[in-house]
Amino acid sequence: MHADQKGAPMLDVIGLKKTYGTGDKATVAIGDVSFSVSAGEFVCVVGPSGCGKTTLLKCMSGLLASSAGEVRLHGTRIDGPPEQMALVFQDYSRSLMPWLTVRGNISLPLKRLRLSHQERDQRVAEAVESVGLDSFTDHYPWQLSGGMQQRVAIARALAYQPDILLMDEPFASVDAQTRADLEDVVLRIRERYNITILFVTHDIDESVYLADRVIVLSSRPTSVQEVVQVPLPSPRDQVATKELPEFAHLRAHIYRAIKRVPDARAAVGA
Amino acid sequence: MSRRRVGLLLEVLTPVLLLVGLIVWSNGSESFFFPPVTEMLTTFRDTWLFERFASDAVPSLYRLGVGYAAACLLGVALGVVLGSSDSAARAAEPIVEFLRAIPPPALIPFGILVLGLGDQMKIFVITMVCVWPVLLNTVDGIRGIDPTLLDTARAYGIRGVERLRSVVLPGAGPQVFAGMRTSLSLALIMMVVSELVASTNGIGYYVLQSQRNFAIPEMWSGIILLGLLGYLLNALFVLVEHRVLAWHLGARGVDH
Repeated sequence: MHADQKGAPMLDVIGLKKTYGTGDKATVAIGDVSFSVSAGEFVCVVGPSGCGKTTLLKCMSGLLASSAGEVRLHGTRIDGPPEQMALVFQDYSRSLMPWLTVRGNISLPLKRLRLSHQERDQRVAEAVESVGLDSFTDHYPWQLSGGMQQRVAIARALAYQPDILLMDEPFASVDAQTRADLEDVVLRIRERYNITILFVTHDIDESVYLADRVIVLSSRPTSVQEVVQVPLPSPRDQVATKELPEFAHLRAHIYRAIKRVPDARAAVGA
Repeated sequence: MSRRRVGLLLEVLTPVLLLVGLIVWSNGSESFFFPPVTEMLTTFRDTWLFERFASDAVPSLYRLGVGYAAACLLGVALGVVLGSSDSAARAAEPIVEFLRAIPPPALIPFGILVLGLGDQMKIFVITMVCVWPVLLNTVDGIRGIDPTLLDTARAYGIRGVERLRSVVLPGAGPQVFAGMRTSLSLALIMMVVSELVASTNGIGYYVLQSQRNFAIPEMWSGIILLGLLGYLLNALFVLVEHRVLAWHLGARGVDH
């Protein structure tokens, strides 16, 4: 892992713009987005549905070329998926290889790192232990529930030991109880590995519960509407944290920020 | 009895009863073209266990094996190239469609001209026929791989040979196998057809020769052998498929 000091900027998004198509038919998906993520930080990105969160994440991960602006990781411009970044997709059932076991899926990205067998096995073992799947390493993804499959995807990202972990609405398609469990898994992992996480979600509660900082996006053409600090105490707890007046306050604040968007734009237009 | 058991019993019992029925019915048959089944079976035993096995069955199986294997390798290799590049696929499509449209037996005269009457010509014909289903299914299979899987591979820097081995080929696997299965029956057909024209050995040759010599039970024994071979080859194929695509069958079973 990169020896960054905590608090030093790690990921910089500078004037990012994404347009689909050309000429009259061009649609602007992302208008102008700039923000930074510091080492060790947990940043959530929320926005109204259809505001191009996934597009933004794809641009940040180098899977999609941006139309203007740039993304820098450790100061280096990204023009393809960088080695120090791992990704967890929303659709776990389509991001795990159904022909590989849990172990196979987790160790697949490790092959190119040329680790010793011993270290590879150790990383896999540690990763499955972190997400609570110790006894399922020889199962195939389709033998597991949705929540467990997403744990596998998280374990795969962990074993890869990235500097930064990008998560694209990872818990959008699991039930509420599983979702709460997985949120805590991610928080525990973050605590344990001091990993930098950028987490995209449409769930305001989730963003406040998880993040140190929430970036609120406007609707299309997307820009950063507001950046909200989340000074809630750690470790967070599904009951105690959500009971705090501060939690309710932040939640309401972000909710209003998102709902306010049309008014704000009308005011600009007038 | 469970449903499964009843099914299995039916599967075994039906052919056995049918065979017994045929034997009884054809017993003492005076027909020149349909000798008693017992006579066919005796001839079958005398001919293929194992007097003519080495001289006729082995050459046939050799041609089938080499021709089919070459078609599978070639089909998958070309399919990977065409499936991975849109422009290559566009460029190749008319040619592939044209070559595929040629009725396979029409290639035999050309094969004889260029490669002579030996194994090479027969292998060539078998390969030329069997390559298309494998090729087209491989292309389809690769194109059908979920984009999220490919994005995952890209995000984790899985590329080159590793990508091919761990992502592309397994992803296209079910389709590739469907193509190979179609090709297997085509291979058997082309093996026989190529042996009916200008040949000096092989099962197809034996069937034709027997007919020309009015050795009807012998002719029937060759036909029975071909049927059995087709059946066994398919069973073997299914066995391999179930091993290689265990994940696919398992995943589908869960989905249902």
